Amino acid sequence: MKRSETSSDSQSTYLKKLAHRQLRIRILRILIFVLFLALWETSALLGWIDDFIFSSPSRIVKTFLSMWEDKSILLHTGITLLETLVSFGIVVAAGTGFAVLLWYRKELSEILEPYLVILNSLPKSALAPLLIVWLGANMKSIIVAGISVAIFGTILNLYTGFMETDPDQIKLIYTLQGKRRDVLFKVILPGTVPLLISVMKVNIGLCLVGVVIGEFIGARQGLGYLIIYGSQVFKLDWVLMSITILCLIAMLLYGIMNLAEKHCLKKR
Amino acid sequence: MTPLLELNHVTYAYHSKSGETYALSDISFQVQEGEFIAVIGPSGCGKSTLLSLIAGLLTPEEGRILLNGSSPKTQKEKIGYMLQKDLLFEWRTVYRNVILGLEIQRRLTKETKENIEKMLKDYGLWRFRDARPSELSGGMRQRAALIRTLALNPRLLLLDEPFSALDFQTRLSVCDDVTGILRSQKKTAVLVTHDLSEAVSMADRVIVLSKRPAKIRKVLPLHFEQPDLTPFQRRSAPEFNDYFNLLWKELNDA
Repeated sequence: MKRSETSSDSQSTYLKKLAHRQLRIRILRILIFVLFLALWETSALLGWIDDFIFSSPSRIVKTFLSMWEDKSILLHTGITLLETLVSFGIVVAAGTGFAVLLWYRKELSEILEPYLVILNSLPKSALAPLLIVWLGANMKSIIVAGISVAIFGTILNLYTGFMETDPDQIKLIYTLQGKRRDVLFKVILPGTVPLLISVMKVNIGLCLVGVVIGEFIGARQGLGYLIIYGSQVFKLDWVLMSITILCLIAMLLYGIMNLAEKHCLKKR
Repeated sequence: MTPLLELNHVTYAYHSKSGETYALSDISFQVQEGEFIAVIGPSGCGKSTLLSLIAGLLTPEEGRILLNGSSPKTQKEKIGYMLQKDLLFEWRTVYRNVILGLEIQRRLTKETKENIEKMLKDYGLWRFRDARPSELSGGMRQRAALIRTLALNPRLLLLDEPFSALDFQTRLSVCDDVTGILRSQKKTAVLVTHDLSEAVSMADRVIVLSKRPAKIRKVLPLHFEQPDLTPFQRRSAPEFNDYFNLLWKELNDA
């Protein structure tokens, strides 16, 4: 740390300005949210929009409370969250494992590369109906749908990261008479931890997308099911409430990954 | 007396789709136990390839390399290799960086750990054993890298421009440090460099290579009237300029 103990006047002015700016940004962020809610509520109240199809914040809260009482919302949210976490866990484990395998067997990666690229750019929502037919309308196919959205990108990103490791660092391991396994465990894997975390940050969101797509098509529970079912029976309060909860889940998951990142990078 | 290291007519070429590149052609020399050899040559002439061959990381296409009378591939543990960059891993502390070699070879015993502790203390890094490499100065990082190499107790040390990443001032002092450490431990060393003054200030003998494909142009033994000069003191010795000019001429005629 190269900071003098007594900071000069210009330094404190600068810091004050910086704090001011951050405060302004935070206030404006919240203001947008509050204004949006207020506008939505007023429009519904004054009849500018039809609250039967556009719902309103107060209707969403009421719906939530009534569904909270019969515990059904807990079930739907819990199911979606569970499916997302399971598919995310599998993506992390299988994606890393497969990327390591590709790195270990360079020829295999050359053979499989075009397939991975195609599978990665394929819109995975196209697979969801197939999965339902093949695996049945159950949790299994929804988890697979979640996995399918994230896994190929994970493999490609991690493999590229592995291959970008400084060749001199690898040479060092060999000069210390290490084997390929030492290169993997002493250099490649620890060196790509930051990449791994940033890939996971993207993927947890992708898993959620896949799970909701899966629930659209073949589920009896979960927020995706609630959205589809609500739109079919014109209970748009359900739809908008589910979307709100999905927003909150996405925020929560991203926040957790952010914390994990900070924790890991601090330890390094 | 059999030399510690012997190269006989070593030739090596790199192969790629667009053709082959001859890096070394017919290289022969010997290194005696305890000797400090410097290899100089124009950049890109295959100096680093030479070290990789001696270290057994590459196999010569023709000719033979003998370490103590047999192939270096079977006795890699006798060779320590220091690369251009210090390559300390940021995700390990200084201590865990210097034990990397021992960890890989599963030779972390009480004895080797004590040896490491002693070196860390001797070379002024003990205080920083739990620090991250990024908290060290360039010279300290290079010393840490040297300890990582010496921890394996090699008989032959290969140095691939180990100071080229340092600024001039640090370079001079680290050069003194390293030479002092190597001489006190009576290590045999082969230093590869493109810096003439570094070669003259450190080595017992200088081997001059030509442009690619590298051949040996000249072998120049260095004699300083006053023995046991540090590299820095050698720079102001009367013989220094003569040797420097001789090598300069040799390199530029190449």
